[in-house]
Amino acid sequence: MKASMRTAGDWIARHLVLMIGLLVLLYMLTPVFVVVLMSFNQPAGRNTYTFDGFTLDNWTNLCEPYQLCSSVGLSLEIGLLATLVATLLGTLMAFAMVRHRFRGRAAANVFIFLPMATPEIVLGSSLLALFVSSGLAGKLGFWTIFVAHVMFCLSFVVVTVKARLAGMDPRLEQAAADLYANEWQTFWRVSFPLVFPGILAAALLSFSLSFDDFIITNLNAGQEVTFPMFVWGANTKGIPMQINVIGTMMFAIALIVVVVGEFGSRRRGRAVL
Amino acid sequence: MAHVVPTEIPDAPPAPEQQRRGLAGYLLLTPGSLWLAVFFIVPTVSLVATSLYDPSGSLEFGYQMTGHVQNYPHAIAEYWDPIVRSLQYALIATVACMILGYPLAYAIAFKAGRYKTILLVAVIAPFFTSFLVRTLAWQYLLGDNEWVVTFLRWLPFTGAELQLINTPVAVVAGLTYNFLPFFVLPLYASLEKIDHRLLEAAGDLYASPFRGFLKVTLPLSMPGVVAGTLLTFIPAAGDYINDELLGSPKTRMVGNEIQSLFYAGDYPTASALSVALMVTIVLLVAVYVWRAGTDELV
Repeated sequence: MKASMRTAGDWIARHLVLMIGLLVLLYMLTPVFVVVLMSFNQPAGRNTYTFDGFTLDNWTNLCEPYQLCSSVGLSLEIGLLATLVATLLGTLMAFAMVRHRFRGRAAANVFIFLPMATPEIVLGSSLLALFVSSGLAGKLGFWTIFVAHVMFCLSFVVVTVKARLAGMDPRLEQAAADLYANEWQTFWRVSFPLVFPGILAAALLSFSLSFDDFIITNLNAGQEVTFPMFVWGANTKGIPMQINVIGTMMFAIALIVVVVGEFGSRRRGRAVL
Repeated sequence: MAHVVPTEIPDAPPAPEQQRRGLAGYLLLTPGSLWLAVFFIVPTVSLVATSLYDPSGSLEFGYQMTGHVQNYPHAIAEYWDPIVRSLQYALIATVACMILGYPLAYAIAFKAGRYKTILLVAVIAPFFTSFLVRTLAWQYLLGDNEWVVTFLRWLPFTGAELQLINTPVAVVAGLTYNFLPFFVLPLYASLEKIDHRLLEAAGDLYASPFRGFLKVTLPLSMPGVVAGTLLTFIPAAGDYINDELLGSPKTRMVGNEIQSLFYAGDYPTASALSVALMVTIVLLVAVYVWRAGTDELV
């Protein structure tokens, strides 16, 4: 009896941290459950979050709310384009920071960290101040959103790729050079494949940051409406349950991408995470 | 004597002598730096300039640059309460993230075994369900007749009048929730790097596991804690989404005010308030990083 109590106590002590961790994880996932549940909700009143009945209508009539699908389309377009540009520029910067020694590296580090250390409302309002003072107030739209998104994704890309690069053994590159590979071959055959998971993670991160951004976008979007702006506008009028379908779909797609990527890379012996 | 001292630890990280010098570094750095210079530095200068415009102008008829420094005392006096409130909420949310995030990051790094990847994916997963959609889900969860409130009202030490939505508690809970992954991920990255042999050594020297944690793990994880708290505090201080969806006019934060001022077309005051917020945060962060004594931030 005493012994079994002691082992139970031991077990709890050993697993306490894990259990607290799982509880915290539950807290993080609770709203996601609500979103998935509400995507099947048939509200009695107009657009409320009370679960009144199961329906697939929200999934089949996805584009019914005015501007919903066009706003998702715009967000996807901007997200993909901004991710592409930010990942490219950010990866180059990360290589420079880790693999090259030059004057002003510390300054460059601070410079890259600064946008992350600035609240979004300040980033957004200063861009707006710039656009307005250069006479672009009437031309806010797709390109101003794109420019803003690349700007705030860039630092996150640099940091993510840098972490991967810094963890990489530079002796591998030396070995390639010893075996008479030129710089170009070394980069494409050795460095790039090793860093690729980091680049992929950076791209995923910057896409999710871009797709999700509201504060900066809202100030610089002009007449355009992105998905977060649609949700924001809907909140004052009554929320169509279809936004939960979009939330669920994004969640499922991202999960599939991450899981497939993870298993794919594990088979080749390198993990993204 | 030569045989006693091992001169090299076999798997020590290689020295950074492989770094190349020359122009290539600058070339790689240039495109991204230009982008940041044009769309981050120039706008910031432009924001400071706008904050000094004469407040009598308007967007339609143009502003006049009069070096109107009085915009600052005016904005700060007018919006003192939201500024203080934002910093308070952000601070409480950051501490809450630390309390919740540390055990989670620790569990993933040291206790999860082969489930590590799954747990990491679970931390990142909420990112992909839009931020606003999730906050709306919280608006529902914290509502007056939902189970969270019903449960809390049932508890003996809370009144039947208890309310969550439209209170500061809801706003802080929302901020904590939304920025928690930004605390967990950098902390996990730095816990992950800790050499387990150091903990074994602590054990060999008769340190209890708890003491080993205090003397080895905690200090070595400080860069992660510092990076995590910054990535939590800074966006939380400028956020207005949580406040707008979960709070009330009595809980307005400085982000709400800046946003409304821009919409009302009062660019000089809005800009002055933005600059004031940025300067406050930069000062707080500088003091914090200096006190924490770490220069390895990112």
